Amino acid sequence: MSETAELESFRQETRSWLEANCPPEMRQPAIEEEDVFWGGRNTEFASDAQKAWFEVCRDKGYTVPAWPTDYGGAGLNPEQAKILRQEMNQIGARPPLSSFGIWMLGPALLQFGTEGQKQHFLNEIARGEVRWCQGYSEPGSGSDLVSMQTFGEDKGDHWTVNGQKIWTSYADKADWIFCLVRTDKGNKYQGITFMLFDMHGGGVTTKPIKLISGNSPFCETFFDDAIVPKSYGDDCPGYVGEINRGWDVAKYLLGHEREMISGAGGGDRTAAIGALMKLHVAKEGGELDPLLRAELAMFDVDALAYSAMGEKFLDEVKVGKAHPAQPNMMKYAGTELNKRRHELMMSAGGSRSLEWDSDETGGGKPSRNWLRTKANSIEGGTSEVMLNVISKRILGLPDA
Amino acid sequence: MPLYHDEDQAMLADTAGQFMADEGAIAKQLRHFRDRDCPDGFGNALWSQFAEMGFTGMLVAEEDGGLGMGHVEAGIVLEEIGRNLTPSPFLTSSIVTATALASADANLRERYLPGLISGESVFAVAIDEGAKHRPERIGTKAERSGNGFKLSGKKDFVVQAVAADMIVVAARTSGSDADEDGITLFAVPKDAAKMDQDPVRLVDSSIASHITFDGVELDGDAVIGEVDGGRAILNKMLMAGRVGSAAEGVGVARGAMDLTVEYLRQRKQFGKLIGQFQALQHRAAHLYSEVEITRAAVIKAQQLLDADSEKADLMTSVAKAKSAKTAALAVREGVQMHGGIGMTDEYDIGLYMKRDRALQEFMGDANYHANRVAELSGY
Repeated sequence: MSETAELESFRQETRSWLEANCPPEMRQPAIEEEDVFWGGRNTEFASDAQKAWFEVCRDKGYTVPAWPTDYGGAGLNPEQAKILRQEMNQIGARPPLSSFGIWMLGPALLQFGTEGQKQHFLNEIARGEVRWCQGYSEPGSGSDLVSMQTFGEDKGDHWTVNGQKIWTSYADKADWIFCLVRTDKGNKYQGITFMLFDMHGGGVTTKPIKLISGNSPFCETFFDDAIVPKSYGDDCPGYVGEINRGWDVAKYLLGHEREMISGAGGGDRTAAIGALMKLHVAKEGGELDPLLRAELAMFDVDALAYSAMGEKFLDEVKVGKAHPAQPNMMKYAGTELNKRRHELMMSAGGSRSLEWDSDETGGGKPSRNWLRTKANSIEGGTSEVMLNVISKRILGLPDA
Repeated sequence: MPLYHDEDQAMLADTAGQFMADEGAIAKQLRHFRDRDCPDGFGNALWSQFAEMGFTGMLVAEEDGGLGMGHVEAGIVLEEIGRNLTPSPFLTSSIVTATALASADANLRERYLPGLISGESVFAVAIDEGAKHRPERIGTKAERSGNGFKLSGKKDFVVQAVAADMIVVAARTSGSDADEDGITLFAVPKDAAKMDQDPVRLVDSSIASHITFDGVELDGDAVIGEVDGGRAILNKMLMAGRVGSAAEGVGVARGAMDLTVEYLRQRKQFGKLIGQFQALQHRAAHLYSEVEITRAAVIKAQQLLDADSEKADLMTSVAKAKSAKTAALAVREGVQMHGGIGMTDEYDIGLYMKRDRALQEFMGDANYHANRVAELSGY
């Protein structure tokens, strides 16, 4: 079946636009941390190419292509957005802007936000002006998130917030936080408010957590009488949805987070790894062990099948055909696959991949990345929680 | 094209699902014919109904009297066949033979396609030599003799051959066993002299034959396509058979999973439904995840094949390997979670295990296809 003439002409336009505007440097895979552009108040560009690519996309609404033009997007429909994604993949174009604002807060505001909030916050996110982080987990509330206790005391026009969050990604680099805060101690599910506030407005401190990978993408975040206004102006509340109904927003967002993490397994371009591993092994003067080759082959079967699943899932989401709990399946399968991918890459790399800070390994990338993937099936809901949800909500198995 | 069924395809899925659940049900077909030791291994009355439903000629071009549909549509019927374990020659006749005959001259098409479409004829394909699927090596020889050929050699695992009116045979007309070229496909009528058929009942109650050709004389007009040019047609037949059996495998997996999940919701032990135990919930949820991923791989392969894409070959092997792994997981978990009654002949779950085992070997198992994925990917 051929695409409609309209879509085909959009594809041609998009292709020429990318050809003319995406700098060659931005068509290489992002390898170093600074290759990813996160935006924010104190941001610096790693290169002129990164700046140029970001700015041209920002001006066209391509940092958030599917958002309405009023909110900084390009207003693309799902078919057009898919075409843009395909064409960007085709030339290996990097995302011009990465941010938790785009992936998480944005979808929550589009669903639950007031018009004023959308105008204000979404435009800031789309233009990369404010970098957001997410305050969900607490030391005593991981998988059992709803037991969280960070408390906001009602002071009339504001709350004073006290408590601690953990696993806040890049909190030390963020400008603002979207944060789950308990506002009614007597009501577990309907006693949480989804607040939005400035990390630098006083009473907020962050402390990076050093992981087994040696890196520190996460922080502990402490609130000590942090002030959160109930309103930032006309039609712009300091919380999303209703007061005490933040759990609804959080649940909706967890779905998005799961989709995002499940996508971390990589698109079609990076799904299969066998051929690449053969090259790696050859570069070190060896050849693929037959049993490793067999494992790689089985992995590639699973990875290519999962790629098809990713495509099918997105197609079904667009037309509302996907089961609402299906993101849990995607997250479970995608993260388990990614862990397996890195185990195999470590095997293929042999002793070279053990090097922790050598130049040859780009500062220990193989081993650090391998260790980092172990968090994939923990963050955003553990694999075990995903399986619980699938068994109850999709298979209809009874509660214990 | 989106990776889900369009409206027409969704309607076909409803129709085929209803038909197979009613007419192709396990008690009515598989058990009925197994318990009566039916020599054909399937019911002819059901096959006539397949024809009335328009299934038999789905893949046949419209100008040849068929419906001119694709592998997505054929896969819908196959998935329902898998779910209901319905014995039929659909895969060998309507998929693989129909694919071969699409490359045949008008003469052969006129001779065989009307019977294929009406359901009056049944066809089989003889490809495998030995107990494992290795179509890269074809040792069966067809030597020039007068205006025709003399066929010698042995074929194995020729499914549905016992009822077949004609068998498509892959033979070597030049070169040596492992050569890519030099293959020719022949349409061999069932009553050909010096062809000996040894039908055996398999674990899943289907019947497959060992066939010996001892100088079988064939006219030149039995050649499908070009002499020595059969490899390309054979590859099309293989892709059709592989994506088809992958779709049937998804059906087997779903059928086994549905039975098992239903059982988890009903069976009580220790005063609880066993479906309340997390140890079983997680295994069932993992199985669901594998089945969903497999369906996606299969529909992707079907679409690529229908679009005649160069990526179809790789994705077909991905689909077949994944389907074989997933269906095996589904039937193993199914029998285990059913416990003792899963071992009884009375319960259907064991029938799924048997069908899966036979289906895995048809057109190459998971190891064969994973190896192929590696080779096609360059390692």
